[in-house]
Amino acid sequence: MKKIKRILICAVLIIVCFLLETTVFQKLTFASIIPNLLIIVTSSFGFMRGQKEGMIIGFFCGLLKDILGGDLLGFYALIYMLIGYGNGFFQRVFYDEDIKLPLALIAGSEFLYGMVIYVLLFMLKSDFHFLNYLRHVIMPELVYTILVTLVLYQIILHINRRLEEEEKRSASRFV
Amino acid sequence: MKRKNQFSTSNKYWLLILVIICIVLMGLSGFAESGKGPLSWAAGYTIVPMQKGINRVGMWIGDVSENFATLQEVKKENKELKSRLEEMTTENNRLQQNSATLERYKELYKMDQNTADYPKVAANVIASENSNWFSKFTIDKGSNDGIREDMNVLSGTGLVGIVTEVGPNWATVSSIIDDKNVSAMILTTFDKCIVSGDLQTVQDGLLKFEQLANNENEVAVGEQVVTSNISSKYLQGLLVGYISEVNVDSNNLTRSGYIIPATDFKELQEVLVITTTKQDLIDGKGESGSDNGGE
Repeated sequence: MKKIKRILICAVLIIVCFLLETTVFQKLTFASIIPNLLIIVTSSFGFMRGQKEGMIIGFFCGLLKDILGGDLLGFYALIYMLIGYGNGFFQRVFYDEDIKLPLALIAGSEFLYGMVIYVLLFMLKSDFHFLNYLRHVIMPELVYTILVTLVLYQIILHINRRLEEEEKRSASRFV
Repeated sequence: MKRKNQFSTSNKYWLLILVIICIVLMGLSGFAESGKGPLSWAAGYTIVPMQKGINRVGMWIGDVSENFATLQEVKKENKELKSRLEEMTTENNRLQQNSATLERYKELYKMDQNTADYPKVAANVIASENSNWFSKFTIDKGSNDGIREDMNVLSGTGLVGIVTEVGPNWATVSSIIDDKNVSAMILTTFDKCIVSGDLQTVQDGLLKFEQLANNENEVAVGEQVVTSNISSKYLQGLLVGYISEVNVDSNNLTRSGYIIPATDFKELQEVLVITTTKQDLIDGKGESGSDNGGE
């Protein structure tokens, strides 16, 4: 029962972030750059809940992006999934109170994401203006995403804390 | 410790399974015509309506805040528009003079098909693709409204892009400022060139053009660039933009430069989709205009 609740809340969170990204933030661009909310969700669930959940949430985030916009189904799903999985390795050094590690991990994930997109979709098409892409896309997106993280991460953290508390409570009641 | 190991191995299995799923999906959508079939259908009835809703609310808020815009601004704009009108009048005079010449050219090149003749469907932009790398957007008309892949999309003023993907009640449009190449020509000389956008030039609101033959035909700044007759996907004669800079390439054979697009890609709200594709024209179906929407 609790599991279903968790799944539902995660699904709603992903869809809301996707909708914000495609509609609201299109109007809130800084230097025509949109923050990457889905990477924040994927990455934070990765290091908060471990590899498996990060992986699954990443997969669905990417899939949503693939269905509405991507060229190749499964492409973003694969990237987001691997990022979620990778963040899962940091679960054992993650503490609720510390915000430096989450920020660093999300920034790292976002940077990695930008690099992968550049290499796979631009460099392989023999487009070697890397510095230009770095300056005009990857770094602005990184900065904006970090700014949004400061707010969004607190929300995700709060949601997760509430869910975990409930799960713990119901577990202790039955044992 | 053993339990921990079991966990991580099961995670690895999951990872492997999901990676394989992704790769299979990529393969399928690469080969199949519409590999996303059921998924895009599902998205059309879940996510797209929500995007439409948010968009509507946004437009309403925009309207309200616009109403509060100060009179001063409106006055300023009025003044600007008036001066623009004068400019336009002079331009119009010039164009009328030109149009006689153009008429002759058109006959010469059998350019009897004007943009105004193509059947069009109006659509609203409801969402942009959520990445900074590409510029695609979603419109609120789909196969139910007769939209098909490869249909050209116009704004009020010029070419916007091409439909790349169609769902039942939505379609994705890839705009020409994305790094797609468009075969174009200079309206007055009919010299062909290739127009492409990339992230670098789009920052400055410009498109690039290349491979314009360096012949005796003088190309002036401000000349119109339209889609060419040899393009395989774009209908002939759609306005792409105006030349802003021409340089002779170092090989002395070709010229390249920049074009100011006729469309303001930042402010796209409503677009027109031409329901005739180039393929229809080639097949000879477009002549009758029978495939006008309502299927």
